[in-house]
Amino acid sequence: MAAATTEIRWHGRGGQGAKTAAIFLAEAVLDQGKHSQGFPEYGPERRGAPVRGFTRISDAPIRLHCSIAEPDYVIVLDPTLLDSTSAGVPDGASADTVFLINTVESPANIRKRLGIKGGKVHTVDASLIAQESFGRPIPNMPMIGALAAVADVITLENLVASLVVRFKKKFSQAVIDGNVTAVERAYKELVSE
Amino acid sequence: MKQIYVGLTGNEAVATAFKQARPHVAPAFPITPQTEMMHKFADFVADGAVDTEMILVESEHSAMSAAIGSAATGARTFTATSSAGFALMWEVVYIAASLRLPICMPVVNRALSGNINIHNDHSDAMGGRDAGWIQLWCENTQEAYDHALMCWRIAEHKDVRLPVMINYDGFIISHTSESLHILPDEDAWKFIGPKDLKTGYSLLDMDHPITVGPLDLTDYYFEHKVSQIEALKRAPKYIAEVYKEFGQLTGRHYSFFEEYRTDDADLVIVALGSTAGTAKDVIDAQREKGVKVGLLKIHMFRPFPAVELAKALSKAKVVGVMDKSASFGGWGGPLFNEIRSALYDLPARPKIHNWIYGLGGRDTDTKQIVALIEQLQAIAKGREAETVNLLGVRL
Repeated sequence: MAAATTEIRWHGRGGQGAKTAAIFLAEAVLDQGKHSQGFPEYGPERRGAPVRGFTRISDAPIRLHCSIAEPDYVIVLDPTLLDSTSAGVPDGASADTVFLINTVESPANIRKRLGIKGGKVHTVDASLIAQESFGRPIPNMPMIGALAAVADVITLENLVASLVVRFKKKFSQAVIDGNVTAVERAYKELVSE
Repeated sequence: MKQIYVGLTGNEAVATAFKQARPHVAPAFPITPQTEMMHKFADFVADGAVDTEMILVESEHSAMSAAIGSAATGARTFTATSSAGFALMWEVVYIAASLRLPICMPVVNRALSGNINIHNDHSDAMGGRDAGWIQLWCENTQEAYDHALMCWRIAEHKDVRLPVMINYDGFIISHTSESLHILPDEDAWKFIGPKDLKTGYSLLDMDHPITVGPLDLTDYYFEHKVSQIEALKRAPKYIAEVYKEFGQLTGRHYSFFEEYRTDDADLVIVALGSTAGTAKDVIDAQREKGVKVGLLKIHMFRPFPAVELAKALSKAKVVGVMDKSASFGGWGGPLFNEIRSALYDLPARPKIHNWIYGLGGRDTDTKQIVALIEQLQAIAKGREAETVNLLGVRL
């Protein structure tokens, strides 16, 4: 491969915005001149069913058209997925994989529960932040804010700018402001080891 | 011309290209994973971005029938389908080509039932390979967008006048947002241009009434089939011209097939669609280890560029053809059969083997392609191997 590609895997449940997050992030990084790919894994489309999303980001054109088996970042939108074997949260993680978990628990607890030895674990209560910021516990946007704090794929400024532009087409100013607040809070409130 | 850098799914990209083509008519019927393409196009119509007359029909058979009626009047017409929808329109798919109507149709490739599977393989389009349509295949959203612009120039060329099927992989391309460059509307329109309605005949030309699709028995049917055969033989010349002009305009150069690191390759993989991209990454990694492997990716499967392909593959020692569809009871997949036949007249033929892969959307990852290359290496060293093999399946 010509240039390093960052591979991100999203784990959520139907309705939490894993697909939206995977694609939103892919499109948001384009403003920084990056190449990207964002795609969900399609199965039975049921609210509440485990859903995975995938984002690839690179400085070079991306040619891979397969699932992400060995992610650089694993982002979990729903902490109940940590106990689900079929959700496969730790699958394919290497010693360098970084975990971002939406939970009230500490990184140390999550590390124990997932049985992760290497890598890094960060936690943030994204559902609470979302609830307080825009009145619905949809954690996907704050989790992208948390990612911006630990990954060199998008700056907080670019993320916020992109969010404002893309949300303008669909949402009221109040919803946009709430999401910006949520992204900024998660960026700051992320708990690291 | 300044192109616009955007992130779009394959379906959104193709809908954008079709908006830029300003078609007169689009009959539509939903089927996963195509639905989103027509949905996006319907958004453009509803927003007034394009004034296409949409006809919401009751089945794919009706979609193609309506497209035929529309195109026979001279109107620029498209529809789109996938899988079982394509199978349902079967009868009329042949008629569109027989009547030499320049309809464009994305087939967003999906497995055929049963059992029910919404994911990607190439079974749908491969079943239609003898229907008389031009078939073009795309690796990513960029190529899907580009071909959705170019197809009009090919289909409507006065010496071609054939329907064009644009194939892109369901979900893997159709539902994946990828970064790509699109043309500004005005530049796209300048390239495609208005449809020349002066075909010399039209179903609605009351002063010069014609009959379309009459009974055609032992007296002339055969001659009419030959005219279709001849039209498809002529098509490559014009497809090459359109590719060339598009390359000059955009910097994206296409040909009947793309050769990737094949110059000195002993081993060559042949593939269609999105897997070609994954294979390129694997080939780069294998090249660093000194493995002389390359890829030949086919854009134009119908008409089949047999002579050019044979020449391109003549220097290889082993050719591995990847088929994302099974030909039940046949000897290998459809792509394999075509390639193998094309090589027959070479004075010295490479060894050629087939791998059936990815049926029903089974993920084709880099490990599978590495395994395929290892098998090609072993065959090059003289190991006996089956003619037809399987990749990525539990046995």
